[in-house]
Amino acid sequence: MRIVFEKRQSVSRQAILLVPVLSFLVSLVLGAILLLMSGVNPLAAYAAMARGTFGSVYSLSETLVKAIPLMLTGLGVSIAFRMQFWNIGAEGQLVLGAVAAAWAALFLHGVIPDALLLPVAILAGMLAGACWAGVPAGLKAYLGVDETLTSLMLNYVAILLASHLYYGPWRDPQGYGFPGTAQFPAAAWLPRLWGRAHWGVAFAVIAAALLWFILNRTRWGFELKIIGENKTAAHYLGINIARNVLLALLLSGALSGLAGACEVTGISRRLQQGLSVGYGYTAIIVAWMAQLNPVAVLFVAVLMGALLVGGDQVQMMMGLPASMGLVLQGMILFPMLAGSLFTEYRLRLIRREPVAKTPTATPVPTSEVQS
Amino acid sequence: MNDQPKPILEMLGITKRFPGVLANDHVDLELYPGEVLALLGENGAGKSTLMNILVGLYRPDEGEIRMRGQRVEIHSPRDAAALGIGMVHQNFMLVKTMTVAENIILGLSDLPFVPDIREVSQRIRELSQRYHLQVDPDAYIWQLSVGEQQRVEILKLVYRGAEVLILDEPTAVLTPQEAQELEGVLRIMTAEGKSAIFITHKMEEVMAFSDWVRVLQQGRLTAVRKTAETSPQELARLMVGREVLFRLDRTECVLGEKILELHNISATDDRGLPALREVTFDIHGGEILGIAGVAGNGQSQLAEVVTGLRHSTQGRILIRGKDMIHASPLAMIRAGVSHIPADRIGMGAVGNMAVADNLAMKGYRGSPISERGVLRPRSILEFAQRMIDAFRIATPTPQTRIKFLSGGNIQKAILAREIDACDGLMVAVYPARGLDVGATEAVRKMLLSQREQGLAVLLISEDLEELLTIADRVAVLFSGRVMGIVPSTQTTVEMLGLMMAGVPLADLPVSTPTTANA
Repeated sequence: MRIVFEKRQSVSRQAILLVPVLSFLVSLVLGAILLLMSGVNPLAAYAAMARGTFGSVYSLSETLVKAIPLMLTGLGVSIAFRMQFWNIGAEGQLVLGAVAAAWAALFLHGVIPDALLLPVAILAGMLAGACWAGVPAGLKAYLGVDETLTSLMLNYVAILLASHLYYGPWRDPQGYGFPGTAQFPAAAWLPRLWGRAHWGVAFAVIAAALLWFILNRTRWGFELKIIGENKTAAHYLGINIARNVLLALLLSGALSGLAGACEVTGISRRLQQGLSVGYGYTAIIVAWMAQLNPVAVLFVAVLMGALLVGGDQVQMMMGLPASMGLVLQGMILFPMLAGSLFTEYRLRLIRREPVAKTPTATPVPTSEVQS
Repeated sequence: MNDQPKPILEMLGITKRFPGVLANDHVDLELYPGEVLALLGENGAGKSTLMNILVGLYRPDEGEIRMRGQRVEIHSPRDAAALGIGMVHQNFMLVKTMTVAENIILGLSDLPFVPDIREVSQRIRELSQRYHLQVDPDAYIWQLSVGEQQRVEILKLVYRGAEVLILDEPTAVLTPQEAQELEGVLRIMTAEGKSAIFITHKMEEVMAFSDWVRVLQQGRLTAVRKTAETSPQELARLMVGREVLFRLDRTECVLGEKILELHNISATDDRGLPALREVTFDIHGGEILGIAGVAGNGQSQLAEVVTGLRHSTQGRILIRGKDMIHASPLAMIRAGVSHIPADRIGMGAVGNMAVADNLAMKGYRGSPISERGVLRPRSILEFAQRMIDAFRIATPTPQTRIKFLSGGNIQKAILAREIDACDGLMVAVYPARGLDVGATEAVRKMLLSQREQGLAVLLISEDLEELLTIADRVAVLFSGRVMGIVPSTQTTVEMLGLMMAGVPLADLPVSTPTTANA
């Protein structure tokens, strides 16, 4: 008997559903070992985590608060990755989107009608995110500059620009020295559903549906798929690769910019320190775990959001050191990432026959032929 | 019994299943030192699978392998190499961004931390001279033609001192002369006591190269013959299971309008060196112009220029009288140019996408496959089903990823797509390369029917018989220059061979200089 690890010919639906669930169970077992070693009852810890993330209306809203930016940036990153464009600049695109939305909310107030303030702020955020992604995309598409470095470097530029603004020119004079702008006028607040959960979740769901439609049902999506799979074939088929990559990246950046705009108009209602807790980087994990599938991104983002909130919960409720929450998060993520391997591959048991049969060659072929 | 030589290699009862396919069904194989074994069979008969098992790319589900009488487990190509088994694959396994020398030592286990590339290059030069495999050790793989890349693959095995050399359709990319040289290489090696297995579906090669032949049909070993005791006719029958006709009817065709015109077209290759020099010819509707030449004499650049994939550096190119200089690939597609590329898997198809999607890759821009930018999945399926039926593409379902099809069926799918989209000029580059008898016949028939429908065909081929059978005129490229264009009825393989070696038509020592230039 022998165990064979082989690639699946077609990805089965069962595997797509079953693998994450099983991986999650493995994660829990591993986490339990860790918790036991720290002298904590794992069941109590997991119960605290569950309560803190999905246990009440309030905790659910906190999970969503973390999930919404992960959904939007996750969608943005996945469309870029589908083009094999390694956009790791979602963080910067998010921050710049937040800056642009803040600018619109603070400086267009009174200039344009109040009813337009929120839409304009959000559009400004998307536009800024798109432009920020457009820089590495343009450099890559037309000059062949490696996008990993340029998109990463632009993160620092955006983050430092934002901190320059809220520490300097845009700082609230009445803010008691706290690094942040004045609160936005109410017209620029993104309405909340309950708790702190805001309408950004609707944007994310719409964006995911739209992306799914674009990728699976439109001519443009078809071209994007071909480019992502085989650039030589795309060129041969007459597809304009540079233009399509640029357009896809503008969309990718716009989604991250939208995440930033939602953060400032929906959560903090001002541009301030601690705007992003690395959503743009976590988005990369979200995108991969979702296998770049836009609909799956939504669910994975909720899971990641829960993990972020739950880690904090364990730490607070069980009196564990702060680092323990992070270790636990990593412990849970790891099997899930490793588990995704089994959607593409499978294990097969093969029984070896005791004696290999060696029939001699049958000399004459049959008349039936398959061409 | 004792004076009988012992087989160097035995494969016993090898069975390999892929999901839905029984690729090898209890196949046996024996190979003796100094022997050349031909493995004959149609596309998808399981020849490549069996050899991939031997080099450790696949594990057999059942059966065992013995090397020099010892049972061995081959888990990887590295294991195979350690046992002295090496393979030249149909799709070359070379790293394009590295040099010839680097590729050859890549993966060697006893390599020093910093290899002395100069010493390696020197040894490669010696080996390439000894076996007449001319290659510059310091050239990058991407700079080499397909034929040259194959030489690198063979050198790689020679360099590693393989005892059992497996060649997967080695002559498909070679000229007749190069094929003869390869025969020479094999002779030298077998004289040294090494042995070779080569996969093929060409009967002439079996007869010329091999000592023994084993025939596979649908995964099963159906016949074992001593080459000296069989005939091409018997082998063809054993392989296909029916009598095969090699004749094709080429009806007289009325020439239509001038579809493609090239005037003094020059172009460079990827290295920036001249690849085409002042190429001038035209093709009318209802005509097949064949391009002959040794691989690497400008054929690929010619196809690329005509399809818009490469910009020419000088000259004019017209399609139906319209200036198409520096037109994009899309502009060429819109002008009615179809292209069957030499590199099927790398360029012609998207392996991870469905057969149906691959078939739709030309038609997706308009009705009925898409309407106002939105795809219509039902139309895609209908179209795919129509193509699958019409071109007899063997695929489990239209949704199967195309990479799981056999080479012949991938080629049929590309042909189906390109023929359906063709509206003027068909550029076919090595369209029958690597295909079995049945598929080759089908491809040639399709090209002829294109011609009968009044379309122009530019057929680039290394198979002179093919060119003489189906082309109306044959142009010979040597070092990027057209040596001459001759009507296929007024030329011979010898004449073409001389031109392929660089003798211009005007200088040919033929008594009747039939410079008919239609």
